[in-house]
Amino acid sequence: MTKQPAIELKNITKRFGKVVANKNVNLTAYRGEILSILGENGSGKTTLMNMISGIYFPDEGQIFIDEKEAVITSPKDAFNYKIGMIHQHFKLVDVFSAAENIVLGIEDGKYDLSKSKTEIKKICEQYGFELALEKKIYTMSVSEKQTVEIIKVLYRGADILILDEPTAVLTPQETEKLFNVLRRMRDDGKCIIIITHKLHEVLSLSDRVSVLRKGEYIGTVNTAETSESELTEMMVGKKVDLNIQRSEPVDSVERLAVNSITCVDRTGTVVLDDVSFTAKSGEILGIAGIAGSGQRELLESIAGLQRLEYGDIFYYDPTTGKKESLRDKTPLQIRQMGVRLSFVPEDRLGMGLVGNMDIVDNMMLRSYTKGHSMFLKRKKPKDLAMKIINDLEVVTPSASTPVRRLSGGNVQKVLVGREIAASPTVLMVAYPVRGLDINSSYMIYNLLNEQKEKGVAIIFVGEDLDVLVELCDRIMVIGSGRITGVVDARNTTKEEIGLLMTKSKNAGKENE
Amino acid sequence: MIIQFFCRAVLLGVPLLYGSTGEILTEKSGHLNLGIPGIMYVGAISGVTGSLIYENSCGNDIANMNPLLAVLIPLVFSIVGSVLMGLVYSFLTVTLHANQNVTGLALTTLGIGLGNFLGSSLISITNSDLPSIALTNTSSFFSTKLPFYDKLGVVGELIFSYDFLTYFAIIIAVIVAIVLNRTRVGLNLRSVGENPATADAAGINVVKYRYIATAVGSAIAGLGGLQYVMAYASGCWTNNAFGDRGWMAIALVIFALWKPSLAILGSFFFGALCNANNYIQGLGTETQELFKMIPYIATIVVLIITSMRKKREHQPPASLGINYFREER
Repeated sequence: MTKQPAIELKNITKRFGKVVANKNVNLTAYRGEILSILGENGSGKTTLMNMISGIYFPDEGQIFIDEKEAVITSPKDAFNYKIGMIHQHFKLVDVFSAAENIVLGIEDGKYDLSKSKTEIKKICEQYGFELALEKKIYTMSVSEKQTVEIIKVLYRGADILILDEPTAVLTPQETEKLFNVLRRMRDDGKCIIIITHKLHEVLSLSDRVSVLRKGEYIGTVNTAETSESELTEMMVGKKVDLNIQRSEPVDSVERLAVNSITCVDRTGTVVLDDVSFTAKSGEILGIAGIAGSGQRELLESIAGLQRLEYGDIFYYDPTTGKKESLRDKTPLQIRQMGVRLSFVPEDRLGMGLVGNMDIVDNMMLRSYTKGHSMFLKRKKPKDLAMKIINDLEVVTPSASTPVRRLSGGNVQKVLVGREIAASPTVLMVAYPVRGLDINSSYMIYNLLNEQKEKGVAIIFVGEDLDVLVELCDRIMVIGSGRITGVVDARNTTKEEIGLLMTKSKNAGKENE
Repeated sequence: MIIQFFCRAVLLGVPLLYGSTGEILTEKSGHLNLGIPGIMYVGAISGVTGSLIYENSCGNDIANMNPLLAVLIPLVFSIVGSVLMGLVYSFLTVTLHANQNVTGLALTTLGIGLGNFLGSSLISITNSDLPSIALTNTSSFFSTKLPFYDKLGVVGELIFSYDFLTYFAIIIAVIVAIVLNRTRVGLNLRSVGENPATADAAGINVVKYRYIATAVGSAIAGLGGLQYVMAYASGCWTNNAFGDRGWMAIALVIFALWKPSLAILGSFFFGALCNANNYIQGLGTETQELFKMIPYIATIVVLIITSMRKKREHQPPASLGINYFREER
C-alpha cells in the first residue's frame, strides 16, 4: 500500500513580535495514519496546528494539501480543505445544545435542526460515539464535550483531524475509549494528527512521531523503531533523567486532619461531600481526580477561603503539639494562629500572584502585615526576589518586571519560591507543573521533595497520573466531591486510580 | 380612565421597546452598547432635521406635503443618523479595540450633546418664540391611526388606536425574536456573543456580525427617539425632553432577560410605571420623583431574582462587553 500524503508543511515560519514560535518547520502527514506531534510546552506545537486550521497565518513557507498548494487564511478555508481541529480548550458555546454546537457556522441551505440531528446520529453510530444531542454543553462532563468537538469536525466532513492535547483532561479509561475511536477513524482512511507531550500515549497510539523543540522541527521517527528515552532526548535536546527521587517519609506525624467536611457552592450544589483525610508531615499526599471534582474547593477550605457547611479541619502545631480548629477562620486569622500554611493555587495569576505587579511587590503580598511603619520597606522582599530568581533560575529581565510578562514556567517558579520561602509546615500545590517544560517540571518536583524531607506535609493536586504515582507517598482519589479511595502510591497502578476516579460518577448515575 | 392609562402606558413604552430591542440585538453580538441613550437622541434629532427640511421645502403648508415622503424622509434621516453612531461604536471597539464601556458612555455624551446642539441651532433658524421646534404637520402623518379604530369601541381604543410606529415596534421585536431563535443567522449571532473564539473557529465572521448587529440595533433604537418626538410629543422637539429613556431601555434589556418577546410586555409595564404618578391623586412633586425610580427598582429586583436562580439561559451573553481579537494569546 502506498501512502498518500494528506498534508505537507514546507519551511513554515511564524513570529509573534520578536518571538519566533515556529522556524522552518517541515512535516508530512499521510492518510490512514496517526501522526503525533511531540514537544514540550512552548515548543510551538499548537501554533503550528493553528496555522493549518486557519487561526493564524504563517509568515513564511507553504502548506500542501493532497500535493496541491493551499492557502488557509481562515477557519472557513480550513473546513473547505476538510481540516478539522479539536482544540485543547474546547470551542463550544456553553448555553447551546450539543446539536446546535455541531451545526454552528455551517451554511447548507435551509436551517433545519432535526434533519441535521439525523445526520449527526449516523456519524455517532459509524464511530461508536454516545451523545445526547439535546443536552446543553454546560451540563456536560469534559469527555462528553470532547465528543461534541470531534463530532463537530466529522459533521463538517473533515478527513484531516488535528487533536490538541486531547487526553489532558481524561481518565485512563476515557483515554482508551478515545484512542479506539481514533484508530477506527484511521482505518477509515482519515489522517489523524495528535499533539501531545505524553510519551507513553505517543508510543501506544501513533504510527509516526514528529518532534518539535523551541519552535524548530527536529525530526520524524517511526513509533515502532523508537523508545521513550530517544524521544525525550529529541524533545529536550539533552539526556534527561526521568526518574523522580522518592524518599521514604521520616518521622511522619499527623499535621492536618480533615473531618467529614461538606461544602456547598453558590448554586446550592454539593461540591465536597463528607470528605475526611489526614495529611502527615514528611509526606506527599497526592490528590487525583477528574478536573472539577472538588479539588479546588478542598484546598480552599483548608486555606480558609471556603465556608464549611459541616465538619471541621484540625491543625496539629509541631512546636506546641496543640490541636487547633481551622473552621470558620479567615486566611489572616489562620496565619495569626501561627499556622504556617502555604498555598500554590491552580490559578496562578488570578489567586497566586498579581500579574501587573513585579516580583518584589508580589513577594510583599505575603508579608504585608509585617512592619509597623507607614512606608514600605522593600529591602527584604527584594532580597527574597533576587534569591528566588537565582536559586530557581527564573528567566526575567529584572526583579521589577511585571510577572504577567514572564512565561508560565517562570511565573510558577516565582509563586512556588515565595510559598516555600515562608518555610511552611503544610504546603498545598495545585497542578504545579501545568504548562511547564520538562526541566522546570522536574525542578518543581525536586523542590517538593526537598520540602518533604524537611518534614513539611505536602498536598499535591495533580492531573498526570504517571507523575502522581512516581512522586507521592499516598494518593487520595476524589470523584464528584467524594473521596473514592486512598491508595499507596508505591503499590498502585494508573488503571486502579482511573477506576476510582470514575467510581462515584457511576454510582451517581444509578441514583438518578 | 383605565383605558387611557393603558394607552398612555403603551405610548410611553414604545420608545423603550425600540431602544431595548436594538440593544438586545447588539448585546447578543457581545457588544454592551451603553451609547444607546445617545443613539436614540441622534435618531430623534436626525428625524427632526429631515422633517424640518421637508416641511420648509413645502412652504410649511400641509396641503403641499406628500404623506409618504413626510414619513419616509424623517425615517431615513433617523436611521442614517443612528446607524452612523452604531458604526462609530463598532469601529472604535471592533477595529480599534477600544474599551466598550468607555466608548458607549462617550457616545451617549456625544449623542446628547449633538442632539441639543442641533436642536438649539434649528430652534434659532426657525426663529421660534419658544425653545422648541414644532413639527405638527409631520407629526400628523406619523400619528395617523387605523381608520376603523373608533368603530370598535373599547377594543379599538385598547388595541387599534396607536400610531404606525407603535405597531412597527412590536413587529420588529417579534422579528428580532424569530431571527435570534429560529434562524441560522440568529444561531451564529448568539454564538458570537457567547463565545467569539468558538464562532471564529467555526468559520463565522465575528467582525461582520458585530458590525452589522450593532448598526442594525442602533437603527432600531434610533427609531425609538423618532417615535417619541413624532408620535408621543406630537412633533415637538425640546432639548433634553427625551430624558433618561435611553437608560431605561438598557434597564429593560436586563428586565426582559435579553428576550425581545419579554421586552414587549416589559416596555408596557415600564410605561405604566412611568405614568402611574399621574393617575394617583394628591402626590407631591417629590413623591412623583420617587415614582420615576420604580422601573429601575423593578430592574434591580429582576437582577436579584435571576442571580439567585442562576439559570444559565437567563444570564447575559457570556462575552458581553469583551472585545475579541483573534491573534491575542
